[in-house]
Amino acid sequence: MIAAQFTSVQKQYGMVEALKGLDLTIRQGELLALLGANGAGKTTAVRLLLGLAKPTSGEVRVFGGDPRDARTRTRIGAVLQSARVPETLRVREHIHLFSSYYPNPMPMDEVIAAAGLQGLERRKFGELSGGQQKRVLFALAICGNPDLLILDEPTVGLDVEARRALWKQIRAFIAGGKSVLLTTHYLAEAEALADRVVVLHHGNVVAEGTPQEIKGDSATLEDAFVEMIA
Amino acid sequence: MRTYLLEIKYEFLKALRLPAYSLPTLLFPVLFYLFFGVMFGAKQTGSVNMATYLVATYGTFGVIGAALFGFGVSVAVERGQGWLEQKRTTPMPIAAYFVSKLAMAMIFSAIIVTMLFIVGTTVGDVVMPLTTMAKLFGVLVLGSITFCAFGLALGFLAGPNSAAPIVNLIYLPMAFLSGLWLPIAFLPKPIQEIALWLPPYHFSQLALRTIGASRGEPIALNVGAMIVATLLFGAIAYLGYRRDEGKLYG
Repeated sequence: MIAAQFTSVQKQYGMVEALKGLDLTIRQGELLALLGANGAGKTTAVRLLLGLAKPTSGEVRVFGGDPRDARTRTRIGAVLQSARVPETLRVREHIHLFSSYYPNPMPMDEVIAAAGLQGLERRKFGELSGGQQKRVLFALAICGNPDLLILDEPTVGLDVEARRALWKQIRAFIAGGKSVLLTTHYLAEAEALADRVVVLHHGNVVAEGTPQEIKGDSATLEDAFVEMIA
Repeated sequence: MRTYLLEIKYEFLKALRLPAYSLPTLLFPVLFYLFFGVMFGAKQTGSVNMATYLVATYGTFGVIGAALFGFGVSVAVERGQGWLEQKRTTPMPIAAYFVSKLAMAMIFSAIIVTMLFIVGTTVGDVVMPLTTMAKLFGVLVLGSITFCAFGLALGFLAGPNSAAPIVNLIYLPMAFLSGLWLPIAFLPKPIQEIALWLPPYHFSQLALRTIGASRGEPIALNVGAMIVATLLFGAIAYLGYRRDEGKLYG
């Protein structure tokens, strides 16, 4: 089963060609890590997947539908890079509002538990620590009970403990048979979480496989990655 | 429908919890009115006294402020935070975002105009039949739409930090030149000529018409100017929205 698919997707921003005919499949039940240096096209791929932008040519499909169609997005949840939410609303209020956008939202208590926000329900977003704020964004991403979760560098700026806690929550989400697309700069994160890794370089796929396959003879995924894009 | 109502509810809560933003928007028109309207209130200007005249123009002033700050600045800030984009990844109808902000601007407008009526009739010398009040109230709250479009255009063009100063730079001089602080007839002739090109002037004339104190231009001119301004600002806002869609983020 396929959760999402890019078919020869090209995306042009003015003179810049961010994606050059990308073919990519996210299978149901897997966590796919999308790696690449800054400017490799990761964020562009994420934006296309979320319907925030339109491909210049080619096709993006999520569960067979166009992500620019709101009905398709009922099955997607996302944590965007560096997103902030209004600081004066409480955790519970944010989740309440976002849940109302989806036809079959998760019960509030389950969302709170899955994101590890117990005891923080009544706190305002602006009063939370960086790690807690990320967990709220994670809660907003999963509250609609999505089948595909898109995480664009979700652990940037988190300390080790907070990062590990989020990993646990991501694993629990996958265990329910759902799919995740993760972009990250922390290759150890990809190694710890991913079923499959795709490496983007200048808008093209340069490697694809399990973390083991990508690693090959190198000591770490990071070594292999650096060699690959050198 | 539920989404729209919730969106309005939380928009309102956000505003209430940020008194540093909402209080000036609500109170400045009344404070200004207290100063000018009540002090010179008994003086006659044309067919009405100053207290009555200035309820209409400070009402106009307040409604425009609520639209530009509540709509314009908040869109610019939330765009900058990535909040608007976060919402666009959900199946939420994007209209709900804008409708809730329009509703908020109208609620703020209604509060401002009501406060002006209360202050004007208790402390000032305002004499206005209830039906006239209702008409003036209706014109002022409806006119908010034009300036929400203006605010939206600014919200999409201005950066998150520059939006508030830009709004102030436009709002305050424009209000003065349009005769919202002092009656337009008190201003020098060249300024009166400029005012004809400013949307707040036409808005104030529509408000003044309800109390019989407009300058007697054809109503079609005032209404037409408001409609043209709404369409123009709406088009600019739409272009800004599309520009955001095509933007490259790393």
